[in-house]
Amino acid sequence: MITTAGREENFNYRLWRYDGAPGELIPLLQSAQDHFGYVPRKAINYIAGVTGVPESEVYGVITFYSQFRLQPMGKYVIRACDGTACHVSGSRMIIDTIEDELGIEVGGTTEDGIFTLNTVACIGCCSLAPVIMINDETHGQLTPASVRKLLRELRRREKAAGQKAAAG
Amino acid sequence: MKKVIIGMGTCGMSAGAQQVYDRMQEILSENPGTFALSRTGCIGMCYREPLLEVREGDRRTIYGQVTPETAAGIFDSHVVKGKVFDGNVVYSLDGKGGDGGTEADFLRQQKRIVLRNCGTIDPESIDEYEAAGGYRALEKALRGMTPEKIVEEVKASGLRGRGGAGFPTGLKWSFAASYKADRKYVVCNADEGDPGAFMDRSVLESDPHAVLEGMIICGKAIGSDFGYIYCRAEYPMAIRRLNIAIEAARGKGYLGKDILGTGFNFDIKIKQGAGAFVCGEETALFASIEGQRGMPRIRPPFPAEKGLWQKPTNNNNVETYANVPWIISNGAAAFAAFGTEKSRGTKVFALAGKVVHGGLAEVPMGTTIHDLVFNIGGGIKAGRKFKAVQMGGPSGGCIPVELDNTPVDFESIPATGAIMGSGGMVVLDDTACMVEMARFFLDFTQSESCGKCTFCRIGTLRMLEILARIVGGEGESGDIEKLQELGRQIKEASLCGLGQTAPNPVLSTIRFYRNEYEAHIAEKRCPSSACSALVDFKINPEKCTGCTICAKNCPVNAISGKPKQTHVIDNSVCVKCGKCITSCNFDAVYKS
Ligand SMILES: Cc1cc2nc3c(=O)[nH]c(=O)nc-3n(C[C@H](O)[C@H](O)[C@H](O)COP(=O)(O)O)c2cc1C
Ligand code: FES
Repeated sequence: MITTAGREENFNYRLWRYDGAPGELIPLLQSAQDHFGYVPRKAINYIAGVTGVPESEVYGVITFYSQFRLQPMGKYVIRACDGTACHVSGSRMIIDTIEDELGIEVGGTTEDGIFTLNTVACIGCCSLAPVIMINDETHGQLTPASVRKLLRELRRREKAAGQKAAAG
Repeated sequence: MKKVIIGMGTCGMSAGAQQVYDRMQEILSENPGTFALSRTGCIGMCYREPLLEVREGDRRTIYGQVTPETAAGIFDSHVVKGKVFDGNVVYSLDGKGGDGGTEADFLRQQKRIVLRNCGTIDPESIDEYEAAGGYRALEKALRGMTPEKIVEEVKASGLRGRGGAGFPTGLKWSFAASYKADRKYVVCNADEGDPGAFMDRSVLESDPHAVLEGMIICGKAIGSDFGYIYCRAEYPMAIRRLNIAIEAARGKGYLGKDILGTGFNFDIKIKQGAGAFVCGEETALFASIEGQRGMPRIRPPFPAEKGLWQKPTNNNNVETYANVPWIISNGAAAFAAFGTEKSRGTKVFALAGKVVHGGLAEVPMGTTIHDLVFNIGGGIKAGRKFKAVQMGGPSGGCIPVELDNTPVDFESIPATGAIMGSGGMVVLDDTACMVEMARFFLDFTQSESCGKCTFCRIGTLRMLEILARIVGGEGESGDIEKLQELGRQIKEASLCGLGQTAPNPVLSTIRFYRNEYEAHIAEKRCPSSACSALVDFKINPEKCTGCTICAKNCPVNAISGKPKQTHVIDNSVCVKCGKCITSCNFDAVYKS
């Protein structure tokens, strides 16, 4: 796992290579998000400084694009598809179930920092609809019952790992 | 030696292709030298993934729905003993022109120009692309053709933009070529924001060099030395393969300085989108590449004069560029031989929704919707009734079953009130509520509106509120007329294509399914039993185990039943919140 210091170092490295070319604001924000998992306040500060783009404008760009987040994300980022194909196959029910099971709404993160729930419009696996992605893994042909099972399994795994860490 | 090839596009990966690949790798290391293992992209049969092909010269056998276990069986039987494994052969070619397999019909009726290499070559190998004739068109264009001649050839082919609007590509190139400037840009629109469409993703993942080659040829034609590919961030595999392809093309001298020794320079950079549908609109896309909020600009000036960084720019869609090398290699006439009078060539469609064969199909323009859905798509899932197709995504409309003999081309589809769009075709069955579909698309465009113009920003919100009321059982008489009036105004007064087309899904469903709107408003009834507020919730006694969880979750105590016995919902008390459906561990609750 990358430590916070390591992350910062990498991040600075990426910025250090910033050659002053115009139009690099979005790639810089993307690299900040890659390293921190979200765009922290100090990154906004820093990026505004090196690019000369006012902080307010950087903030405007961040909030315009749905990819950028101003809060940290959970360990498992769930991207529930609500594209057309998934929608007609009942994705709303799947999303409702996830919200209910985790006790969060779309865009939220569980208190223990384990799950974040987002929606996306089409992951490109429409033939497996309804589909969700958990981090980089895709799960298809879900039903309310099967998605609940999936989430509980992850919870169980996290709990077991937590206990093991505490015992060891 | 036999080759074992695994389909590893996003669709294959999500169906478990990696596990199959790993198993094969294991087998190979236990039996070294028995076969060669490689990967390919998407052949379009997404509904049968993961796919595994055994290839020997021209003889090809493709197995579908392969698991690590059947992969081992295929090795023992087919690879070792040369006997076709008794499994799921979806497609085979005997090398003498004959084909077979359970899904031969799916491929037989297609004409693959854009998808020519998809599912046959390794997308991460430039050698395989070259062996399939790749970069030969570039050589021809650079060595044997003047820029004017290239433009003429593209014009003569009749190719029209595949990004949605169908603007003649050769003509567009001639505009960009006509402006003088110290710098011009070639831009490839790979934003593919239309939910339910995945053609561009498949092409980028399965044959990235074809897109690069098309862009380089365009660069030569319009006098540009730099290109950008704007790819949405949701397509990590496409971006990775594009990067590999760009590196390889540089290594072989197809990109960079003095390409093929002809003195022509051209390079390409990838820009990742950051999640905004409106950035598919070309002027918003330019703003996004420049690092700003992706808001459309007023045209004119058109991109050909002042585009990216205010320089002459040519922007085309992924599929448009992928057609170009084929046209240069085979000649404009060969391309123009396919399709209809005004829409030449082929079009790739992403079939999704309630169709049996969900996947990618490329057909000559002019093929009817019926042929696509039934002959290639295999009809409707679960034997239900075909109701409509939705084309063009949030900018498009629904074409009802009564018009299913409509040919797909740039004239006939708009005549129905839908649009060609980029090629997403979502098939709907009789469980789809058209009012709810309209609400769904408007919800999408409403939240994706960049907010620059009032009609788009506020007008769509008002429409959405009305639609939400109707599906919620609180529609009022006069609502339909209000929707039509608002829709007309938004179309007229919006700046870019997003607002100009946002009302389309609503207007087109009102046109063909006015009776459904009326049933919701006047009778508070959803004819397709889809809108929660207007249906009854029921419990299937065969699935219910009497676990009591639904009764515990019901906020109004509408559910009764003893433990271990089938529960019942009292619909006179039920508030249609759906908690019972989402809480049931056995999928026993349904709407009717
Ligand atoms: C809201 C909106 C979204 C669009 N999204 C896309 C897209 O995802 N991909 C695309 O190629 N074109 C998209 N377009 C069309 C582009 O503006 C442009 O017309 C197209 O890329 C031109 O390429 P072509 O001539 O090859 O079709 C969109 C247009 C609008 C108004
Ligand atoms: S609509 Fe969900 S994967 Fe395409």
